[in-house]
Amino acid sequence: MTQLALVIDLNVCVGCHACVTSCKEWNTSGWAGPMVDQRPYDADPTGTFFNRVQTFEVGEYPNTETVHFPKSCLHCEEPPCVPVCPTGASYKREDNGVVLVDYDKCIGCKYCSWACPYGVRELDEMQKVMKKCTLCIDRISDESKPESERKPACVLACPTSARLFGDVHDPDSEASVAIRERGGYQLMPEWGTQPANHYLPRRKTRIQIFEDELERVDNPLDKEHPLPAATGDTLDDVSF
Amino acid sequence: MHPAFSVIFLTTLIGAAQGMFMALVTGQVYSVANLLEPQDSISFYFTGSMIALLLLAGGLVAAVFHLGKPSYFLTRAWRGMSQWRTSWLSRELIALPAFMLLVALYGGVHYLGWTQPWAVIRNVLPVDASLVLGTLGVLMSVILFVSTAMIYASLRFLQEWHSPLTVANFVLFGLASGFTLAAAFSAWTGVNLVGFFGTWAVVFTVMAAITRGFSMLRNARIKHKSTMSSALGIRHTKITQRSMGFMGGSFNTREYFHGRSGGFLETVRLFFMVAVFAVPVALLAAGDATGSAYLPALAFLVQYLGLLAERWYFFAEAKHPQNLYYQTVG
Repeated sequence: MTQLALVIDLNVCVGCHACVTSCKEWNTSGWAGPMVDQRPYDADPTGTFFNRVQTFEVGEYPNTETVHFPKSCLHCEEPPCVPVCPTGASYKREDNGVVLVDYDKCIGCKYCSWACPYGVRELDEMQKVMKKCTLCIDRISDESKPESERKPACVLACPTSARLFGDVHDPDSEASVAIRERGGYQLMPEWGTQPANHYLPRRKTRIQIFEDELERVDNPLDKEHPLPAATGDTLDDVSF
Repeated sequence: MHPAFSVIFLTTLIGAAQGMFMALVTGQVYSVANLLEPQDSISFYFTGSMIALLLLAGGLVAAVFHLGKPSYFLTRAWRGMSQWRTSWLSRELIALPAFMLLVALYGGVHYLGWTQPWAVIRNVLPVDASLVLGTLGVLMSVILFVSTAMIYASLRFLQEWHSPLTVANFVLFGLASGFTLAAAFSAWTGVNLVGFFGTWAVVFTVMAAITRGFSMLRNARIKHKSTMSSALGIRHTKITQRSMGFMGGSFNTREYFHGRSGGFLETVRLFFMVAVFAVPVALLAAGDATGSAYLPALAFLVQYLGLLAERWYFFAEAKHPQNLYYQTVG
């Protein structure tokens, strides 16, 4: 079984929103129709997005840390949004585990969005159907593209490579290795949704340096201290 | 959650209709058992069924406005019956028209006078078409009550709803308002069943007050499983949102927040506690004492208004865990 997913490295995300805009650009121009914006140049603009970057402050000043947190559909292995759909418009693809909405079957009742604890589904205010991250299904399955471009738009756009894309069921994929070796975790594990997307935690990189590593005791270039020779016999003074 | 008036009207209207229909069938069963005097087929059972059907139709119209576009009712809503294996909403979409059909048939059989017994069981129980349809209708009504309530009670992370109390409340509120309506209908048309329906209406209202009281108590001291820490996977007790990533609002900021002050919520709660429980019981008692034809009708109207407020509060009091991600605009 294949389960495609994103692995997002919070340690390197700088919160630039490149994934947000590239996601919007790719998916609003795609085969599924636009992701509608309302009043885009007016007061109170709003619109449909599949991906957002949020910013959180952890801790209390002065011991704080800023965490930029990209959030999109996690393509759960046990998606709570799918079984509640009355029409069968919401489904999880058997072949690659991507959770999708059939926009032609959706009646816009919003029940699936109530059933998602992460709030990653958005009702398109013009088409009046539920929309969500498709993991750029039209892009990753497009065999006319070179292999290197068969990745979600957000992954290709990320300037710091904070987003890894791959099959989390394949133990040797880049995504799986990252989860395994760098402490990858899931959001809200308490609900048993088994999100396929994982996050890599912030890490502190510290080097421990001791004084004597910076300054050799027998530094021959040392000008501040008198040479050991001045204080007594040196090795050279000893006659054999 | 943001209370949607389409769903508020849908659930309260069909709840009252289900209770009304159950009251009619109860009256018929009691009369078969010679515990109550039999009533006229057309002026009582047919008219009563039509009132229930009218409320159900009103609920259906409200439901249409819950769809993304009302036109989806004609083009896509039929698909909503397909996922009954997994979706309580799908089950409701099957049970509602099935119940409407049974109510219509029950009323129709009474209107056409097809009430000659098919068979008499043990010389005491004459079984006719109306009794069979009535029983099936009551069963379907139970299915509909449970389906409607489970739409909410089955969402495990909406912890305020995820409780058997939700099902108890939906059933008891429906029965209370339906039996009050039946009492009002009897009083209005001069049928001698006001006391019978009114007594049951008071019983159901008191039971609803108990279960709703318990659910309000439960929700007041509920401990939410999701926290900022589990939402982000960061082990720290103090996490503050500095930006939700946009300033103009989105589906996430509209659908899951009621957007009212705590004081407003408290006012709504006080109003519905008075209007659903206290006033109707007093009005029904006053109606019983004075024999008034109008006081039970007033009781139903007040209770229905209260139920609208109760359903609004039911949505507003549920806190969706996604709100953790939408605390600060930035």
